[in-house]
Amino acid sequence: MLKLSRYVLYDILRSRVIITYTLFLFIVSMSLFQLEENDSKAILSLLNIVLIVVPLIGMIFTTIHYYNSYEFIELMLSQPLSRTRILMSEYGGVALSLLSAFFIGVGVPVLLFAFDETGLALLFTGGALTLVFTSIAFLASVKARDKARGIGAALLLWFYFALIFDGLVLLILFAFSDYPMEKFTLVLSALNPIDLGRIFIMLKMDISALMGYTGALYKDFFGSNTGILFTGGIMLLWIVLPLWWALKVFRRKDL
Amino acid sequence: MRVYLGIVFLLFMTTGHSRTIIAGQGQAIASLKKAVGLAKDGDTILLKNGTYREGNVLITRSITLIGEANTILDGENKHELLTISGRNITIKKIQLQNAGYSALNDFAAIKIIDAFAITLESNTILNSYFAIHVSNTTYCTIRNNTISGNPSTEQLTGNGIHLWKSSHALIENNHIQGHRDGIYFEFVTESVIQKNLSEKNIRYGLHFMFSHNDHYLGNTFKNNGAGVAVMYSKNVRMEQNHFEENWGPSAYGILLKEITDSHISNNTFLKNTVGIYMEGSSRMEIQKNAFRNNGWALKVQASCDDNNFFNNNFHGNSFDVATNGTMVLNKFYNNYWDKYEGYDINKDGIGDIPYHPVSMYAMIVEQNPNTLILMRSFMVSLLDKAEKAIPSLTPENLLDDKPVMKPNKL
Repeated sequence: MLKLSRYVLYDILRSRVIITYTLFLFIVSMSLFQLEENDSKAILSLLNIVLIVVPLIGMIFTTIHYYNSYEFIELMLSQPLSRTRILMSEYGGVALSLLSAFFIGVGVPVLLFAFDETGLALLFTGGALTLVFTSIAFLASVKARDKARGIGAALLLWFYFALIFDGLVLLILFAFSDYPMEKFTLVLSALNPIDLGRIFIMLKMDISALMGYTGALYKDFFGSNTGILFTGGIMLLWIVLPLWWALKVFRRKDL
Repeated sequence: MRVYLGIVFLLFMTTGHSRTIIAGQGQAIASLKKAVGLAKDGDTILLKNGTYREGNVLITRSITLIGEANTILDGENKHELLTISGRNITIKKIQLQNAGYSALNDFAAIKIIDAFAITLESNTILNSYFAIHVSNTTYCTIRNNTISGNPSTEQLTGNGIHLWKSSHALIENNHIQGHRDGIYFEFVTESVIQKNLSEKNIRYGLHFMFSHNDHYLGNTFKNNGAGVAVMYSKNVRMEQNHFEENWGPSAYGILLKEITDSHISNNTFLKNTVGIYMEGSSRMEIQKNAFRNNGWALKVQASCDDNNFFNNNFHGNSFDVATNGTMVLNKFYNNYWDKYEGYDINKDGIGDIPYHPVSMYAMIVEQNPNTLILMRSFMVSLLDKAEKAIPSLTPENLLDDKPVMKPNKL
């Protein structure tokens, strides 16, 4: 399995997309820290990158990589290897390369300029989101019949998690504003890994605003150890469940 | 020099007419009660080291009571300690502790009633219901005291320094913590509160009502349950104070309710849930303040009118200004806003397009606080951008038409 993952990694490195992605993240993060007068403002801009760009690139790259290495996968399937192992090594290779791109591109500047709680929360969220969206993309590409559909599905999913979901939450909160919605919003936040990551970082960043009215509840919940375990656990579920589903589909798929 | 001469002269005057009574454990006069009973106007009582459990001691003559390093008056959790009612009385360097709690009487470590020219200096007050309780007193000086309570609930804890119906008080350099309200003023006029540190009180760091013509200078209010509340007063000056880390669902740097003709200048608001909350306030000048990392820097309700906000600096606040209506009768000008995205073509240091400090999302949160969960979401920033292009929800007139490009010098 490791050997297979290594081949996947070599393949990815040869295409140079990952190197460009690393450089892009690195240059953007460095210039943000250099340009903004205070580091917290730079972290704020980085937050948008982590919440928007990281999932998008993760999804697109994974889907394209899957279809590009379709023949390689087919070749491997003719070998005495289990399907689970093949898909898992594909996942391992892709996730590892995206993760290292993120940690070099964003992690190094953050550690250099903003090594504090907020910075670490940002890195945690970025890493988790990379893994989550890689596994969602695997699910999308395994389920879809051809490349166009696969990429389309991946884009739609990204659009849903990054934008539409928050719009729906806003709609629900206004439609049911007469009811006590505090606990329910907590449940809602678990349904979107991007939201979960955003709240996790926000707790470190906008702590004063969060202490207002309902904010205190969110703070009490997400700020406590249970909350941190909850965030970590739900993130883990978001990584494992789509991947597990993808494996299930892949095992039975007629290639 | 003249001051020193004056003091020497005064000392000479007093020593000429008065004596010093040395009292305390192991002395001829063993108890404080006895010493107070013997003392005449102008006398000084020096109370030696020791712990005195004498219950309530009433002082009515013009005396000076001075303690040593370990002079402790203990109320055994059932007595009021010193009750003062007279003229020219000074209490110095005494540690008072365990004054009793009563639901009927406002027991205090030191209670001052119907008095004139009282000085409380360098005392330590620990674990008391009310620490210093002053009523109907003129020219009261409370200086360099350390007051520390043991808070349980609002009902079971009194105020640190409590003044009622007094005037010309000077409250200076005290450190107050762990009471209900750190400093409480009601019907107190012409008074000065300066350089105090009031922290970790379970309700307000400073709470005052119906107290006109007062001056608050250089105090620090930190980490109090609900910050500072200022209500129903006129002509109040608040300068160079620090309001820090007042966090909570109803915590404010300052809560202003029905305040008129007052000045708030050169203050620092750091990491409060709300920097200034204003309701029904008029003709205020709010200038040269620094608002940093607050949840809301300002919450100006629509019931406020004729207030001017100028030369303030706003840095890193989650929301700059929030309001609850579209009516705007206040003016904002020459403030520095870190979120300002305008330009300055003629290079006069003033931005060419106005800044709207109320964001769409601030209005949404005001209407539906649950939406706070969507803060910093991509969706929300899109909404804000759309609202900036075509304003519909945010009050159009609430704007700073001369925002400065660089932070004001404070």
